Amino acid sequence: MTLIERQARPSQGKASVSVRLAGVSKVFGRGSSAVRALDRISLQIAPGEFVCLIGASGCGKSTLLSLVAGLEQPTAGEVTVGGGKVAFMFQEAALFPWLTAAGNVELALRAHGSAKAERQRRAAELLELVHLGGFGGKRPHELSGGMRQRVSLARALAQDADVLLMDEPFGALDAMTRDVLHDELDRICAGRDLTVLFVTHNVREAVRLGDRVVVLSSRPGRVIEDFDVPIGRPRRIDSAAVAELAARITDRLREEMSRHGK
Amino acid sequence: MASDSAARGLVMLEASAQLQDARGSRLRARAGKAWAALWPKALAIAIVLAGWQLIHLSGWKKDIFPGPGATLANLWDQLHTGLLWHAIGTTLQRAVVGFGLAVLIGSVVGALVSRIKPLRAAIGSLITGLQTMPSIAWFPFAIILFGISTTAIMFVIVLGAAPSIANGLIAGVDYTPPTLLRAGKVMGLRRLSLYRYLILPASLPAFVAGLKQGWAFAWRSLMAGELLVVIANQPSIGVLLSTDQDQADMVSATAIIIVILVIGIVVDSLFNVANGAIRRRWGLAGS
Ligand SMILES: Nc1ncnc2c1ncn2[C@@H]1O[C@H](COP(=O)(O)OP(=O)(O)O)[C@@H](O)[C@H]1O
Ligand SMILES: [Mg+2]
Repeated sequence: MTLIERQARPSQGKASVSVRLAGVSKVFGRGSSAVRALDRISLQIAPGEFVCLIGASGCGKSTLLSLVAGLEQPTAGEVTVGGGKVAFMFQEAALFPWLTAAGNVELALRAHGSAKAERQRRAAELLELVHLGGFGGKRPHELSGGMRQRVSLARALAQDADVLLMDEPFGALDAMTRDVLHDELDRICAGRDLTVLFVTHNVREAVRLGDRVVVLSSRPGRVIEDFDVPIGRPRRIDSAAVAELAARITDRLREEMSRHGK
Repeated sequence: MASDSAARGLVMLEASAQLQDARGSRLRARAGKAWAALWPKALAIAIVLAGWQLIHLSGWKKDIFPGPGATLANLWDQLHTGLLWHAIGTTLQRAVVGFGLAVLIGSVVGALVSRIKPLRAAIGSLITGLQTMPSIAWFPFAIILFGISTTAIMFVIVLGAAPSIANGLIAGVDYTPPTLLRAGKVMGLRRLSLYRYLILPASLPAFVAGLKQGWAFAWRSLMAGELLVVIANQPSIGVLLSTDQDQADMVSATAIIIVILVIGIVVDSLFNVANGAIRRRWGLAGS
């Protein structure tokens, strides 16, 4: 198999599943106004794997992430996260406006009970890692959208989690900033044993980043197909290989949407 | 080498010139800003004085109604007596103590009610009800309970101001943005730490708005109290005002009213400064 050259591909010694969803359904509300957001989803993600989740808006992608994060409980089925620690990165950076960039990162470290000096050192290190050294004293509103997402990434990494959930984190950024952040995300993931579940509605972004691309149907959300991405890294979002697989996935999505439309 | 250091010198010169330029333009900008903030106020005062003078000139209630000239002269004189300053001192001291108590009690009640569901169901609407209560209506109750005393005044100030302060905090907690709450929860903030590091700071703007409203109620309650609860040998602004009423000294009464107005406006603008500072810090300010 020439599949993936990522170093952190399923390591043998550890448990071979990092995130497992078994027959998970989620219904919001009750009675006639009930919305079935997810329907019997089963999904397994190996440690160190980067899985992209793609589907039309409203198909339950964010709900799925909330279930994995433990922010919501499934109506049926079971969600298990090996290792347990989960970090979350949202579409809007969700930074705390009363804290500086460094303060935001330090607050995530505080939850782990490290001492103040240690927190400051670690926060500076993490900001350096996302190329924001020297911006620690800025407040969120003084930063650009891309920089805010970098802080948000640093804050997520500060949690030292095993699983990183990302909900359309680059959806609001311009294409150029997004490309740069894709490269940085690749670089950061390559160095650690981080399992990533990345939600997007941009097919090319999914192929650019993922070891796998899982396609969800709409209303209710179901897994309709699970694509492997046999493209070596580093990848470029405008490479022929990425475009070719993206086109195949888009066709599959279109087919699903037109079937749904009937 | 030589040309290199010359070039460096040139760059430094340029930089320092730019710095001075920047400093000068910053000063100018600050002066411009102050002027922009001041002139509408100056104009408003001028319009009020002119209108007042016109009414005075029209001869309406000529024997009783003083013109701005006589009133301001009287105010000027009173500002040079110890009595007015003594009275201002007493009144402000009561304001600070009463408002401070209201902040303390309002914050504790607000914090408890916002966190404990049954408590909210029990007294949440009672707090809003208290807020609509005209505070002067409490005085008979307070005077019977505490007699003609400072305690009676403090009691009514707290009842007037604490509900607004509690409600400000409750509103802040209720409207903590859900995205921030989710972010805090996934970061591992729980219960007390969630409250301390996320919900409380997120509530700050609403809390300051509550403080501002609470101050307005406290100031009104205090003035009503000083007029109704006249304590002998303790000159306060209210006592001066009721003495003027007894002596039908319209000029002095008007001068005292101006003092009350000015104190109210000054304190209110302090809250506005605090509010503006928070909004700027958070990036909420318009400009
Ligand atoms: N808290 C909620 N209460 C009720 N309905 C919800 C809630 N969260 C999501 N939904 C519904 O569930 C469906 C999936 O939502 P979501 O997971 O946000 O979709 P996506 O992220 O794929 O756009 C939508 O129809 C949405 O209206
Ligand atoms: Mg979503």
